[in-house]
Amino acid sequence: MSEILLRTESLNFAYPERAGLFRRTSLRDVVKRVDLAVPRGSVLGLVGESGSGKTTLGRLLVRLLKPTSGRLQFDGVEIGRLGEAEMRPLRARIQMIFQDPQSSLNPRLRLGTTLTRPLQVYGRLKGWPDQRDRAAALLDLVGLPTGFIDRYPHELSGGQRQRAGIARALALEPDFIVADEIVSGLDVSTQAHILLLLRELRARLGLTLVFISHDLSVVRVLCDDVAILHHGEVVEYGPVARIFSAPQHAYTRELLSAIPLPDVEPGWLDDTGPNVTSLQQGSAA
Amino acid sequence: MTAVLAVRDLHVAIYDRSHAINVLRGASLEVGTGEVRGLVGESGAGKSMLGRAVLGLLPANAVIGSGTVQFEGRDLIAMPEPERRNLLGRRIALIPQDPMTSLNPVKRVGSQIVALLRHHLALSKGDALERATELLVEVAIREPRRVLELYPHEISGGMRQRVLIAMAFACDPSLVIADEPTTALDVTVQRQVLQLVERLRQRHGAAILFVTHNLGVVAKICRTMTVLHAGRVLEEGETADVLTRPRHPYTRALLAATPRADRPAEALCPVPPALIESLWSEARRLDRQSAMAAP
Repeated sequence: MSEILLRTESLNFAYPERAGLFRRTSLRDVVKRVDLAVPRGSVLGLVGESGSGKTTLGRLLVRLLKPTSGRLQFDGVEIGRLGEAEMRPLRARIQMIFQDPQSSLNPRLRLGTTLTRPLQVYGRLKGWPDQRDRAAALLDLVGLPTGFIDRYPHELSGGQRQRAGIARALALEPDFIVADEIVSGLDVSTQAHILLLLRELRARLGLTLVFISHDLSVVRVLCDDVAILHHGEVVEYGPVARIFSAPQHAYTRELLSAIPLPDVEPGWLDDTGPNVTSLQQGSAA
Repeated sequence: MTAVLAVRDLHVAIYDRSHAINVLRGASLEVGTGEVRGLVGESGAGKSMLGRAVLGLLPANAVIGSGTVQFEGRDLIAMPEPERRNLLGRRIALIPQDPMTSLNPVKRVGSQIVALLRHHLALSKGDALERATELLVEVAIREPRRVLELYPHEISGGMRQRVLIAMAFACDPSLVIADEPTTALDVTVQRQVLQLVERLRQRHGAAILFVTHNLGVVAKICRTMTVLHAGRVLEEGETADVLTRPRHPYTRALLAATPRADRPAEALCPVPPALIESLWSEARRLDRQSAMAAP
């Protein structure tokens, strides 16, 4: 049995919500009783539609949010209740890659500065030449030309920017990375390159990844395990091969059957039974 | 089959201060009566530009260099503005990409549909309201009377998209341009929206030019398809043929790079950068050629 790097037990998160101007604030549960165990070196896919709580769960796992209740263990240490100062040494080991590299890379900084900023913050840079060397090594790691050190984010294509986002997350040589919808904004031709890059980096660096996506097809390429989220709850959780070949939960089956595969399939649109009726129930938001 | 829409050798360039960027380089396509044609391409292929050119909704700095756009045998580019405007929304309709920004946020859903119906069909207020209610029923909105009274922000994204679909088919158009109408939606909602579009198309007998980057969506709703890259048509034909026996290397590469939920990871093969580069260099060669031919 491989060692579990990240474990959650009955993890909950609720946002305070005010129903009206003079009403008392109530809590709205967005992540409910989530149990996950991510072995070191494995990739877990978190899949759900909008409003399923997948991004909130991802933010809990990197402790950008504090859980309302439940346990959150990283490498054997309970981190759910830790304060900022206690979290700080662990933060270097836990990184996040964001969906939109356009807004998560500082437009005023050259890539070399952005990529080495995490190293600088943790005092791991030994002067100017070291910074250049480290930035070049990071660019090389994600398949970007080292000449990009002096480029600004706007000079890059979408796929190149996402590579830069990955490079920054790798700067501190973390054990654990949460990647939130990092290929959903990309064209098919770029997307496949990024997926294969992540697969290669994971093998080469022994990374442990949580890969958040609304797209089950993408998850199949990269992940060992999948957790399907629906209204904040994990409705199905297991190895990729099993979930795709024999989905147990009705919602997983619905998600799988709704994916339009690039094959002509007469009758796919005629299926008016459960689909159009379920849409009538969910009318006004 | 007569063509509802015939685009021939269309060249469009965007002017950015002094220099021009070509976005369509001699694109041609036809959409027959009642046909659903997919227009497929990645970002920058010019697929939305082609749709916008048909609608006469190109950005202000875009210029049509040459080519024709014929709708039911009449030239849309040469047509006087009032005549063209009379076709838009009535004979040629648009299902836009973004349901969030395509409805007026300060007007109730009902008044927006009623305004459209009264403008194009000269209905009385009462008749228009009646028709608006029927339209919402057609797109499977359960309490149409109540929804007509709501503002766009009070309904969900999927429901807003259904309202826009109802508006597109409201005047029984013969051509609907669907510009990535399901891109922002979850897969389960996407399927419902595609089912509705197909159902309304059959009932109202419209042809559809379905602009999308998603080969899966094309496979499910389009009988024919056109593959666009760098403003050029690389391949076109029956969807079943193109997807099973793609002739152009770019189409083949796109299919191989599309992750599939029904296949293991090893099947994924990214598009070779050399292929993309050769397609762009061919496009640049065409640009130089047409620049030299110009007076």
